[in-house]
Order: sequence, then C-alpha cells, then structure tokens
Amino acid sequence: MNTVLIIGAKSDIATALAHAYAKNHSNLMLAARKVETLQNVARDLHIRYRVEVTLHELDITDTISHRTFYESLTPKPQGVIIASGYMCEQKIAQQSLEKTLETINVNFTGAVSLLNTIANDFEARQSGFIVGISSVAGDRGRATNYIYGAAKAGFSTYLSGLRNRLYESNVHVMSVKPGFVHTKMTAKMTLPAILTADPHEVAEDILNAQQRGVNVLYSKWIWRYIMGIITCIPESLFKKMHL
Amino acid sequence: MNLMSWGMFPKIEADTFAFTNKKALQNHLKTVGECIAYGNGRSYGDSALSHHLITTRAHRCFLDFDEHHGILHVECGVLLSEILEVIVPRGWFLKVTPGTKLITVGGAIASDVHGKNHHMEGCFSASVLEYNLMLPSGKVILCSHTKNKKYFYATCGGMGLTGIILDAKISLKKISTTTIEQTTVKTANLQETFDAFEQYSQTPYSVAWIDSQAQGAALGRSLLMCGDFSTKGSLHYTKKKRINIPKNFPSSLLSSWSVTLFNRLYYNRFTQNITTEEVDIDTFFYPLDAIENWNRIYGKEGFTQYQFILPKAHSFDGLHAILTAIAASGKGSFLAVLKLYGKTNKNYLSFPMEGYSLALDFKIEPGLFELLDSLDALVLKYGGRIYLSKDVRVSKTVFEQGYEQITRFRALRKEHKMDKTFHSLQSKRLEL
Repeated sequence: MNTVLIIGAKSDIATALAHAYAKNHSNLMLAARKVETLQNVARDLHIRYRVEVTLHELDITDTISHRTFYESLTPKPQGVIIASGYMCEQKIAQQSLEKTLETINVNFTGAVSLLNTIANDFEARQSGFIVGISSVAGDRGRATNYIYGAAKAGFSTYLSGLRNRLYESNVHVMSVKPGFVHTKMTAKMTLPAILTADPHEVAEDILNAQQRGVNVLYSKWIWRYIMGIITCIPESLFKKMHL
Repeated sequence: MNLMSWGMFPKIEADTFAFTNKKALQNHLKTVGECIAYGNGRSYGDSALSHHLITTRAHRCFLDFDEHHGILHVECGVLLSEILEVIVPRGWFLKVTPGTKLITVGGAIASDVHGKNHHMEGCFSASVLEYNLMLPSGKVILCSHTKNKKYFYATCGGMGLTGIILDAKISLKKISTTTIEQTTVKTANLQETFDAFEQYSQTPYSVAWIDSQAQGAALGRSLLMCGDFSTKGSLHYTKKKRINIPKNFPSSLLSSWSVTLFNRLYYNRFTQNITTEEVDIDTFFYPLDAIENWNRIYGKEGFTQYQFILPKAHSFDGLHAILTAIAASGKGSFLAVLKLYGKTNKNYLSFPMEGYSLALDFKIEPGLFELLDSLDALVLKYGGRIYLSKDVRVSKTVFEQGYEQITRFRALRKEHKMDKTFHSLQSKRLEL
C-alpha cells in the first residue's frame, strides 16, 4: 500500500481528501499545527477504511523545521498534497502587514520551502506525485482578494515550474485551482450554489485527476472557463470593474 | 439560513451553530436561549426546527469498532448509511433500522426509531449501550440502561429536548450474507391482513403496504412483505446509483384519481397470493432512499406523514373506522404503511406500543388539517397515539392523552432547566 502525506490536514478539503485517498487504499500521514486535535479523525479513517494513519506536527510557516520534519518521516510518502492555506479578509489584510505576511507565508513561502525539500527527494528517487492546492484567486488580481490571490499566484507559478523540472524525473506535479467551496474558510460568505462545490466533490476531482496525470485542475470544472474569460478582459477595462 | 425538515413544511428562518468541540458547545448553550439539535433534517415535521439550531453533522467520526463483539462507538452526526458502508462488508448489520438510512445516530436516539423488526427487537434504544449527553448546564453525563436511567428513558424518544447527544455506543447484529429472502403476501381485506401479520409474526422483518383508497369489501387490502437474512450467499454491499427528483412536482399531480390509479397498479403488480424472491439490503430496508429528494413529489407546499398506533385489542375496529374515513375524504396517500408492533419500552415518549400502526403521507392542502383532526379523535377513541417524529400539527390535548408518561418527562425537563434551553416548534406547540 502506498502512503500519501497531506499538509494542512485540518482544512475541510484536506479532510475530504483523506477520506478519498483512504477509501482508495492509501495509508496516510496527516500534518498540521496542533495535530493532536486530529486524533479522532485519524481513528475514524482507520476504522472506516482499514488504513494506517499517522499524525505529524508541522507549522508550515516555520520554514527552518521543514527539513527535519521531512527527514523524520518513515517510510517516505509516495505522494504529497499541500492543502494548507490561509485567507484573511482583504480589507483587514491591506491594513495589517502582519496579516499580509501571514497570508504570503502560509500560502506561498511555507509551501515553497517544504516542497523544495520534498521535490529534491522525489527527484532523486525518480518517483512520486505532488499536488498543490492553489486557487482561482491567483489567476487574476481583484480588488476584493488580491493579497491572498497574489500569494496563490506565486504558488501556481512555482508549481508550474516544478512540474516542468520534475517531468523528466517521472514525478508528476498537479496544480489544483478550486473555485468556491463550502468550507470553514468560506462559512460567512454567501456563495452562488451552482458555482460552489462541497469539499468531498473537490476531493474526488483531485483524486481522479491526480491518477489520470492532469496538470492543472479547476474544480468545479466550470471555473476553467470562468477564469478563461476573466483573464482575457483587457486591463484597461478590468481596472474599472467590480468583481 | 432557510431551513425545513423532510416534509418541507414549515419552512423557517434559523441560524445554525456547528460546535467545534465540547467547550464551544458549553459556551454556546449558556448564551443561545432556546435551541434544538438538527441532524440530517429527515424527521418529517417540526421536531427539529427552531430559530436557533445546533447542527451535528460535522461530528461524524467513528470512535471505535470492536469487530469481534459487534460494538460500535460513533459521534452523534454519523449517518446510518455511513455505518452500513463500514459494518456490512465485515458481517454486521444494525439491530434496528428505520426505513431510511439517511439519518444521524443522534437523531435515531432522539426519535427512538424502529423498523420492520419491532415485534422482535424493539426500538433503536434497545441496541444502544450508552451515550454521552450534554445537559443545559454544560455537564456531560453517560446514560445507559443502568446508568442515569431517568435521563436515558427521557432522551430516547425525547426529540432532543433533554440535551445534546454527543456520541453513542451501539451493539450490532451478526449477518453472514447480504441477501434477504422476501415473501410477499397479497391480502384481500383488513381481516386477511391481520391474519397474515399473525401468521408471519415469527418472521424477523415484516411490514405491509396498504391500499388506503380501497373501500367496501376491499377495505384494508394489502401487500405484506416479510423476510429474513438468507444463510446462502455472500457479503456484498455496493453503492447504487440514485434517481434524483430535481425539482418540486406540481402539487396537482397528486390527486385522488392519480393516487387511486397508483394504488391499484401497485396492488395488482403481484398476481399470486404468495410470492418469494431474493433481494438485497437496500431494496428490502431502504426502498425510498433510492430516490433522492422523493419528498418533492408532493409539490412545493410540502407534505406531512400521519402516523398513529392503536393498542392491539382495538386495532381492528379502529383501523376499520379510520380507513373508512380516509377513503371517504378523497385525500390520497400512496405510501401507506401498516405494521404490527411488539411490546412497549420504558422510554417516556417512545411511540411504539403493542398493536398496529398506520402511516400515511398527505400533501399539505386546504382541508387536510381538519381531516387529520377528525382522525385524531378516532385515534383517541381507540386508545392510540401519534408519532412525534412525523408530526407537524397535532394538538397538545390529543398528544397528552396518548402519552401517559408525559408528566415524568415534563418534571425532568423542569428540574434540570431543559425547558429553558431546548425547544423546537413542536415542543412549544405541545408545551413539552
């Protein structure tokens, strides 16, 4: 049985991914801050799907610890999924350097730091897969969400480069760009039903796409076309719009 | 947030609180005022509706499973369908299951649900070993058949009015196959239906679909379906594709003629008096779960399920009178279910008693509640009572006359200030 490492395991999409991969007979390594709160989740996954689930303490912003963290994992996972993310309301983030830096550190710097270490190992052993959960918000900067969007844009670009680099080493890198998803992160937002996915739908999309070797996955699929249109709007027009 | 129960009536505006842990729930209970737990929204009426809801579906972890002894420990928001996916392939089944698997364990306890084997195994609470209940004070107590018995009896069937059930341990039934040998007995009238129930009383599972439109000599004609797990076969449980009803049907679709036509066709589907066949678990136990959102067939105004039970001694006369009144009213129900129940349990508000229960669906329309009021009078006349998990309209007087342990229930509520914290639209109406 293979083992999948999930970073940011407390998020709703991560929990749904844990179920999807466990159902698909993968053992799991769940990493998060205060990971002991996931003890029930780990036990639950073990009972439901008869897979081994281990918990690993990790602060994605504590970049210095990343190498030791990865070295401590035995066995080394076949695949890694980066599901950690932090979204602060734009109005608050733009007034607070602290929140801005946290957004960048969780969504970009931390993810990059950890993946650098993992990518080197996967490249050396010539196998594995990497799934990075970015966001449609990174496809174009909008007044209402551009600090989060910029961090995710950086992450998307990083994943694209990593995919290019690792292609010849037999390591597949998939970028995931979810649109609206019903999660704790969006609990207070009113979301259009037709464009909004449940975490388990996104998780199933990701599992299927990862196994088919998809490069860039939009979930729901319709977001590929929505973002296609949004990125085509000329900047001279776009700057006047309220999206 | 706009919310409703399975009957889609009433629709109310409510705020919801999904607690992250015990501490958060304790704090919330101190300040929320009146609230009620809301699981998967599958009770039919207003028993889980209130303007402040505590949602439990986020609490869906399996905490322990002893596969040797068949003992399962789960959080309150786990659905029976999730349990089946785990236990059936490993040779276990629920000791008691209602006709839908899309309910939470917390809801199953609060409604003290029952199934086709009530005459043998009793209610869901009979399979419950223990559970943790959070009282209004925030204190958590362990309730079982031997510990905190008062709370146990009040909470099983207590419609969420005693506290929040956090997690529960239930015992399971061993099975060696997933095949059910089903026998369908076609009966021509109510007497034959009663005789068939008695004749098959030793079969573990039995329920009858009754033609609620049949009159005169055919009054009470039914298809009694009974069965048991086969000893031949394998353990095989796969998810089937579900049909979805994407939108509300126009409510005019259900008229007395369409229901009569359906009932006639359904009854005559069986040409022989006794038919035997092998079916799978989902077909036998959960036929309606195969149709997602089947509640939409009654139209946008919604529907109610009227379910009552009569003591055995008065069942025949009572059912005769009530079926006559329904057929005469012209208000149709194509899902009418009749069942012979076993002994009553000790829980204060559990519905079952030894006798016959009839459940009928009616779409909400002018004149319906007047009809149901007149049926209530008959139910009382024959010593029966109404099922709270289905109810959305019964009066306090009618309810009280059916449940003799109501004073105990109210006393416990008062003593522990549960009546200051836990309320649903139903408990307000019935002053529970």
